[in-house]
Amino acid sequence: MLKDTTSKVVLFGGLALIVLGFFAPNWIVNQFMFGFSRALAILGLMVLWRTGLVSFGHAFYFGLGAYAVAIIDIQLGVSDVFLRLFAGAIVAGLAGFVLGFIMRNYRDIFFAMLNTAVSMVLYGIVVKTESLGSTDGFAISLPTIFGMAPETKYPLFVVITLIAIGAALGVNYYLKSTAGRLTTAIRDNEIRVEYLGYSVARAIHLKYTLSAILAGCAGALMANSLGQVDPDSMINWTVSGELVFVTILSGPGNVIAPFIGSLVFEVLRTYAFELAPQAWQLIVGATFLTVIFFLPGGIWSLIAKLGRNKS
Amino acid sequence: MTSSKPILEVRNLLKTFGAVVAAKDLCVDVSPGEIVGIIGANGAGKTCFVNMVTGYLAPTSGSIMFEGMQLVGKGPREVTHAGISRSFQVSQVFHTMTVAENLMIALAIAENRGMAALKEMDTPELRDKRDAVLKRYHLEKHRDLTVSVLSQGVRKLLDIAMAVVSKPRILLLDEPTSGISVEEKFDFMDVVMGSLKEDKVTVLFVEHDMEIVERYVSRVLAFYQGEIIADMTPKKALADAKVQEFVIGKRH
Repeated sequence: MLKDTTSKVVLFGGLALIVLGFFAPNWIVNQFMFGFSRALAILGLMVLWRTGLVSFGHAFYFGLGAYAVAIIDIQLGVSDVFLRLFAGAIVAGLAGFVLGFIMRNYRDIFFAMLNTAVSMVLYGIVVKTESLGSTDGFAISLPTIFGMAPETKYPLFVVITLIAIGAALGVNYYLKSTAGRLTTAIRDNEIRVEYLGYSVARAIHLKYTLSAILAGCAGALMANSLGQVDPDSMINWTVSGELVFVTILSGPGNVIAPFIGSLVFEVLRTYAFELAPQAWQLIVGATFLTVIFFLPGGIWSLIAKLGRNKS
Repeated sequence: MTSSKPILEVRNLLKTFGAVVAAKDLCVDVSPGEIVGIIGANGAGKTCFVNMVTGYLAPTSGSIMFEGMQLVGKGPREVTHAGISRSFQVSQVFHTMTVAENLMIALAIAENRGMAALKEMDTPELRDKRDAVLKRYHLEKHRDLTVSVLSQGVRKLLDIAMAVVSKPRILLLDEPTSGISVEEKFDFMDVVMGSLKEDKVTVLFVEHDMEIVERYVSRVLAFYQGEIIADMTPKKALADAKVQEFVIGKRH
């Protein structure tokens, strides 16, 4: 499993970050927590994108993951970070599996917008339901790790980074398997895949469920990092848009890309907001255009090019 | 022809599209190892027949038995698993990948059924098998080229090579030589038919080129308006008055 360069970089790079994080100031640790949490969702969207599918509604699963955490915290008092993550993953994964039966029949814009529609239904329900916190959402208690309540952010950062390492290694392994290689193949020619004896519908269903689980994990970890959930920053279509934005910013080339892309986005948004609180979207949008024009393969293509020049 | 039990038995196959009858009461037996040429003018129902046998189209009624298994009601995937493969008139390959990658995926799907699909694809054994196929189909010099830069002939070779990696007992080829230059067509067919004969694959192929039919098939099925109007050796078929009139036309 650790034979290839990507796995090694993920593992040792991740562990190095955990060590460095201990000495880093709080605001940097925060950026990494948010960035790596979101990156899990991007990882799933990357798998879909390679298959030729763009979901413009994955805030649905992101939101489900986040709200699952909030609800088990408030109703049951569950504070353990792993239990919370598990709840987010299960709820989003089940929803993804069920909706997958519908989604796997659609492609292109229909696939994208059907996902948006589903996410907006959830958004509508949450906003209108007092017991789900309505537009205000919920504050979430601080997560505990193995029964201990950490005093700083660092232990949560370690947990998130370890989960990120695990997810990246898992997806990297999957993408090298026969099922995982059937991403570009499906995008290129579905008829051929069927005539080779592989079910396109089932392949897409699996990828879709995987992306839902990853987005659920992302939402759950984000809820823990932020200490709150609310519909506008967790389920609204703008969140889906953000996820697609970061996916394109990152590029589909490698499982490390979503982590770098998410960090860049986190930093970009923070500084854009400080620089121009009224017009930070302008800066983010301009960056997006720049990437599309000059780096169609995302930030990763830049790194891949540097790697090639060196060797 | 041969007296052995047929590998493919088609009975009373009917396909209608509204008022259009694309297949009218087709009955065909194919014996193992036969090379059958399917000829006919455009719209005679040749591709429709191929599509029904390979599960792409469901017949309106009738039966298709393959080694005692009913194929009617099965989709492309199940037909492939049963042991029937096909190539296409317009090659259906993965156009953003290289020739080697295309074959690798085809092999991986054929060899790694079920949960094995979650194992790493790029193994030395599979690479060896891929190299063997590349060699057999004379694709070695194109191996690292992306499909989109290849000529139609090479694409069609790749298309057929990908169809046979699952070791089918029957292979259906839809116009294998269309889009291939006159100079190349015999070399192309020699490579393909040589390899298929070696594997004892039963072949049915749709063809417009009578030179190819004459040279490579052991039996001809002539289609006209959804019906089989002749079922005989190529020599007889090409001399047959009905075939002359309805299939070959007066230009010959």
